[in-house]
Amino acid sequence: MTKTNNRSATQLLIIVSVLIVMFAFFALMKPGFASYINVMTIALSTCVNGLLALGVTFVITTAGIDLSIGTTMTFSCVMSGIAFTSWGFPIGLAIAFGFLVGAACGGTSGFAVAKMKLPPFIATLAMQMMTKGLSLVVSGIKPVYFTAAPNYQKIALGGFLGIDGFYNAFVLFILGIAIAYVLYSRTLLGRYTQAIGSNEESARLSGINTTRWKMLVYMVSGLFSAFAGLIMSSRLGSAQPQLGAGYESEAIAAAVIGGTSMSGGEGSIPGTVIGAFIISVLTNGLRSMAVTTEWQTVVTGMVLAGAVYFDLLRKRGRAN
Amino acid sequence: MENISKEFPGVKALSDVRFQLNAGEVHALVGENGAGKSTLMKVLTGVYAKDAGSIFLRGEPVEIGSVRQSQQLGIVMIHQELNLMNHLTAAQNIFIGREARRAGLFLHDQELNRRARELFGRLNVDIDPTVRVGSLTVAKQQMVEIAKALSYDSDVLIMDEPTAALTDNEINDLFRVIRMLRAEGKGIIHISHRLEELKQISDRITVMRDGGYVATVNTHEVDTGEIISMMVGREIFITRTEREVPADAKVALEVRNIRRGRMVKDVSFSVRQGEILGIAGLVGAGRTETARAIFGADRKAGGEIFVNGKKVSINAPSDAVKHGIAYLSEDRKRYGLMLGLSVQTNASIATMRRFLTGGFFLSDRREGANARKMVGELSIKTPTLRQRARFLSGGNQQKLVLAKWLTRNCDILIFDEPTRGIDVGAKNEIYKLLDRLAAAGKAIVMISSELPEIIRVSNRVVVMCEGRITGEVTGDRIDQETIMRYATMREA
Repeated sequence: MTKTNNRSATQLLIIVSVLIVMFAFFALMKPGFASYINVMTIALSTCVNGLLALGVTFVITTAGIDLSIGTTMTFSCVMSGIAFTSWGFPIGLAIAFGFLVGAACGGTSGFAVAKMKLPPFIATLAMQMMTKGLSLVVSGIKPVYFTAAPNYQKIALGGFLGIDGFYNAFVLFILGIAIAYVLYSRTLLGRYTQAIGSNEESARLSGINTTRWKMLVYMVSGLFSAFAGLIMSSRLGSAQPQLGAGYESEAIAAAVIGGTSMSGGEGSIPGTVIGAFIISVLTNGLRSMAVTTEWQTVVTGMVLAGAVYFDLLRKRGRAN
Repeated sequence: MENISKEFPGVKALSDVRFQLNAGEVHALVGENGAGKSTLMKVLTGVYAKDAGSIFLRGEPVEIGSVRQSQQLGIVMIHQELNLMNHLTAAQNIFIGREARRAGLFLHDQELNRRARELFGRLNVDIDPTVRVGSLTVAKQQMVEIAKALSYDSDVLIMDEPTAALTDNEINDLFRVIRMLRAEGKGIIHISHRLEELKQISDRITVMRDGGYVATVNTHEVDTGEIISMMVGREIFITRTEREVPADAKVALEVRNIRRGRMVKDVSFSVRQGEILGIAGLVGAGRTETARAIFGADRKAGGEIFVNGKKVSINAPSDAVKHGIAYLSEDRKRYGLMLGLSVQTNASIATMRRFLTGGFFLSDRREGANARKMVGELSIKTPTLRQRARFLSGGNQQKLVLAKWLTRNCDILIFDEPTRGIDVGAKNEIYKLLDRLAAAGKAIVMISSELPEIIRVSNRVVVMCEGRITGEVTGDRIDQETIMRYATMREA
């Protein structure tokens, strides 16, 4: 076995164990937590955050950050809804248009970071504010309904192959995970993402066009946001322009809990997925124990800090 | 320090080492990388706890458990990478953690500045205490560190490679300060690889090898050759390469009138296939800047580049790589490798597209096959191909950077200080490798500050001074005196 594999394998094992222990704890505390219906509910609530987290994993691996993923998600499905309801796009085309909007938002952030050399925090904070504002402007602060497309809600909520409770959203989420995994570990994009995060100057001096690849990374993040937007709006049957802000923090938390390093170069797609599930199990479990939403957020924050601290301790232990 | 031993899991880092420093003495500590010099100094400054042995200070046995404690005892180390906060002023840096305050609450910067000015006056150096440290030259930053050490009333000053980044004049200035401190009765431990320099400044030399003590000698009683043979435990000779460049070898790279700011002024040279062109000069002569401008790492102000006789336009490293030019920086960790990534990825990173199947998926198998071949050809010592580059030794890291460019089939290799930070044994291996590459028809440009190295491997040498080429020497005329004469040919 090799050092690199060993490390990520151990890390994955640890967070999977944490997930299992957490699940077992809530299942013992609250009968019904482990029921089929509740597990499906948890999985459904993971889809949106999970897709956002997958996209932002790429950005964080380059030692960047994307604060605009939540509002880009909203903006792309609002635009998709506008295209469908106001511009008369057929539903398929309207959905594609949503992805285009997501890619454009990500691409713009990427341009600001890679070409204009804005710090990622600032560039994507600006994009967050712009997409948040634009969503409200174009929608007139009113939800955009997809009622004219009767099957739109089935995209997320239809039962896959007629299995009751097994939503289509899961299949789409699994598809997203597979795409992210292949991109991250088997393609130039993924490899250069890690190279840039590990040492951007070395990457540039190796003849890699780091500007272009970084733009592409943010674009990927935007595309995953649009994907999340599709699921989100399909679940609700509408695009809600006032949602979105705040989603980025849970997604970033998921990626970080999953072992993606904020200083770049290291990340894990399976880790991000587990991280997203840890957050959903926690939220759902606490809710089932009648803990209020506000306190759920407090606990999630503590878990995030704890996870990163634990990882640091482990790394330090290995260094000595 | 007597019978100091230190063991790390699996490695005996120090065994029975002794070291004695007198007051009013400059004592040089030499040895190859890995000889245990830094470990010994880390024991002395409380970074590591010793496993056995004793330390005496002014005759009294002392236990040093932390860096803070060693500072209180008057032992201070100035590291090669200076420990200053660039955004704070010189005075703020010197008194960090011991700030003067008014009413116990408000910072009293004027008082700090006054005391810093006093210290600089004592050292006779011209530094404004209120200037930000980041805007000072490395030499002046070092003076700030020395002033800081003095502010602790230290009696023992340890300097790790203090001259590595300095120009000749700056070195003279540093030596003046060191001599002055010696005259005041301070003990100074000077760690350096530059033996010539130790001859000038030190009173005694202690040689270490493989974690053990070899000998302590009076500097004026030994010559450099003897010190080197004590360091390596064997005699080494500088022999000039016997490899000749074939008479019909084509010019691979020619640059004409490359310009970039103050550091690169109308530089022109050419190198043929199978030739090693040495670029000599003092630190700060503009050699690295020239290489970076040619490679497209920095934008050049003007000049033309010809590859195999054809004019090419190079505006970014990716252009240079496309034309088969590779640049191997002196700072491998920052500009050569991705330390957190595997040996395999580092070897293929400049050539990733070649390992795609179906134009999209990376083939781990083919990447692995290439890395394995490179590891074999260059005899890179690594347990596996998945080992992170961070864990390789300096020499193996250098070979890994080379593997990256050989994978890319680059035929023009620009080496910048190829053996910096590499120990003597591994240096020889790098020289042999350079010879082998040249024999295989690669055109090699080698920038080096070590004259023996230049003399040993170059077929031809151009010398730079203050951004210009001041001379060119070939064949038997390549010797230290000639090169040094050109290297110091400043403009009137």
